[in-house]
Amino acid sequence: MQTPRSAYLQGLRDQAPAVIGNLPFGFITGAAAVSAGIDPWLGMAMSIIVFAGAAQLAAMALMAQHAPAAIIVVTVLVVNLRMMMYSAAIAPYFRRTPTLRKWLFAYVLTDNAFLLVTTKFRSDDVPKHLDAYYLGATSIMWCVWQLTVAVGIFFGTMLPTTWSLDFAIPLIFLSLLLPALHTKSHWAAAIASSVAAAFCTSLPLKLGLIAAAATGVCVGTWMERRIGGKVAS
Amino acid sequence: MSGWAAWLTVICCGLVTLGVRASFIVLPADTKMPSWLTAGLKYVGAAVLPAIIAPDILFRDVANGDVVNLYRIIAAVVAAAVVVKTRSVVGTMLAGMAALWVLKWWGAG
Repeated sequence: MQTPRSAYLQGLRDQAPAVIGNLPFGFITGAAAVSAGIDPWLGMAMSIIVFAGAAQLAAMALMAQHAPAAIIVVTVLVVNLRMMMYSAAIAPYFRRTPTLRKWLFAYVLTDNAFLLVTTKFRSDDVPKHLDAYYLGATSIMWCVWQLTVAVGIFFGTMLPTTWSLDFAIPLIFLSLLLPALHTKSHWAAAIASSVAAAFCTSLPLKLGLIAAAATGVCVGTWMERRIGGKVAS
Repeated sequence: MSGWAAWLTVICCGLVTLGVRASFIVLPADTKMPSWLTAGLKYVGAAVLPAIIAPDILFRDVANGDVVNLYRIIAAVVAAAVVVKTRSVVGTMLAGMAALWVLKWWGAG
């Protein structure tokens, strides 16, 4: 990390494993756009404009079911709310970054970029070329994500539905979810949300996801107040 | 939804996403999160992901018969065991897909 160039390349290298793990995610997101009956150009544009896999999938599923536009936007907001926490955690690293670049850095902020920066560096000892490092890490994620979504849009329809490739999506989310359930309160939130989601599938206006997520957050915070957020054994 | 309405929806989705991501990065350094927001945000991830996947696992194949859907539930349990053991995203996906394929093949045979 001596020069901006070496910091950029280091960021590229450090993010590469996560990028590889995301390959099927991007492909399936692209394929899901086509199978939801979304115009390929709109699917690609959404990937570039939103750049958030889980939110893209949720939005496309709702579009396919002809949900009202307001519900789609609120659902995307709910699915992405966790990134407000990332934004707060990563902000101290970019205090001296110019404003316009801050907006660019916000746009490319992902679960993986947040994890990389906050586990590798300390916010009270920011390395000199962190901006270049972050740009390296996020640019490889962005480029490969868009490429795999495009491949998914292009080839997604050629795969037979009997392969049940759509099942890979809940599997990816499962692998993100379980390691994040640190406490009994987190488990309570997840279980309450699953049960609520199962009962809310027939709610009008496709409000199910929003209602289930709200239930989960309420139960999680209520449980924490009751037991004080003890770590699950 | 089609045409300009769909495009407008996508642009609004992009704006709220950028807003969430930019929030504390672009706000002044001394901005503090209100305590109710911190308390709630802690459980957003744990609440949103199950809300997305529970219907996909529990009901997606019900149209093809309850037995076929049971395969998805079993495959998800297999995948969950792999996550707990290995923490590997790719490994979990392969295990879950393989479990579903084997069950379907075995059930059809």
